[in-house]
Amino acid sequence: MPYAFLALGGVLLLAGSYIGLFVAPEERYMGDVYRIMYVHVPTAWNALLAFTTAFVCALAFLWKHDFRWDARHEAAVEGGVVLSGLLCIQGAIWAKPTWGVYWDWDPRLTTTAVMFFAFIGILALRRFVDDPVKRASWSAVSTIIAYVDVPIVYFSVRWWNSLHQMQSSPETVSAPFIIPLRTNAFGVLFLLIGLITLRARLALLRLENELAPPLPASRTALSAEGSR
Amino acid sequence: MNGLLAALRKELLLQQRGAAQLFAVLVFGATALLLFSFAVGPNAELLRRIAPGLLWLALLLSSTLTLAESFQSEMEMKALEGQLLLPASPAALYYGKALSNWLQLTLLGVLLVPLMVALYDASLPRPLALLGVIALGAAGLSAPGTLYAAMTQQARSRQTLLPLLLFPLVVPVLIAAVKATALLMHGDPMGQLRPWVQLLGAFDAIHWSLCGLLFGRVVED
Repeated sequence: MPYAFLALGGVLLLAGSYIGLFVAPEERYMGDVYRIMYVHVPTAWNALLAFTTAFVCALAFLWKHDFRWDARHEAAVEGGVVLSGLLCIQGAIWAKPTWGVYWDWDPRLTTTAVMFFAFIGILALRRFVDDPVKRASWSAVSTIIAYVDVPIVYFSVRWWNSLHQMQSSPETVSAPFIIPLRTNAFGVLFLLIGLITLRARLALLRLENELAPPLPASRTALSAEGSR
Repeated sequence: MNGLLAALRKELLLQQRGAAQLFAVLVFGATALLLFSFAVGPNAELLRRIAPGLLWLALLLSSTLTLAESFQSEMEMKALEGQLLLPASPAALYYGKALSNWLQLTLLGVLLVPLMVALYDASLPRPLALLGVIALGAAGLSAPGTLYAAMTQQARSRQTLLPLLLFPLVVPVLIAAVKATALLMHGDPMGQLRPWVQLLGAFDAIHWSLCGLLFGRVVED
């Protein structure tokens, strides 16, 4: 099933990017540069979606104490971190030719960067805690706090920067631009679903291995364990 | 409520007996303030302008030491586990520790102010309002910081983890506190102080309630 999602996502992403690169008309002010929008905007939507999924999984874990939710939580945080990292890089690539700088203290850009670092910290926390139960509840607690914090970060950056500039991206997108945008959004979405499902499966297998390690078959296995 | 008072009393007693620790953190913060001026250069005008930001950076950096230290003693001889066996809720433990950390960070911030005035030639037209802003900002650092210190003190490579988790989270505190402090120092012709203080208050309210709610899940076994 996850492979079907991956295949579908890949096909949609290829099709949407083809339309976006070769079929969709040029934008009046930015020329061809704007075409990065067809990956940038879908990445943004899906990064937020991944973190929302992580938030829901974290709540579900704290409520149900079921490690399947922990596995999904880990997978969703990882998906969100990858997408928000990509988002920052795409943003910088797009900003250079249009705004003249790689980085701008735009609320959305800054919030994405803060979100990226907050959730990378949670992945680091997971690496440094050996007890699976503590690892699961601590990272779930951290995800909930970080997720609640995101809107506060957004508003504080917006106020902080309000004297310097207005937000510059057009909210309204006309019809010929919409088809590749939607296609790519679903493409990234299906890729994300496939990857999260696979990653959660992997996390669960690792966890089973951790909770019930296979017994050493012979003395050599024991001594190998001891010398490590 | 009794549990909270007992926990707070214990924390204050610990602080009083470990006053050398507060002094050490203060020296660290003072060193940070001194180093910032070397990084910026001997430009009096520039230093005066960015003094509020430097003050809050020094406090933020020192806060990781205070927060980590507050759970250091709980890890010795499984003291934390012993306290969880007591008939007090984990929330009482959390609020006791968070309040004590808040007091300590506020004190630290207040003690750093005269140094900032001396080093950066900053003016202090409204000292009481500044105390309020420092108290609100310290509360914003203490609430999530205490929760994360409880986690990271039990994890491997804890020195790295605490700032890694805490710093992105407290970006709104840093922004709002620096803005409010700057408005207090450099004058506030547009009346912008109020929204920033409200933002700090909102952050504090959200995190003091949320972290207290979640602390039980952090220390449970």
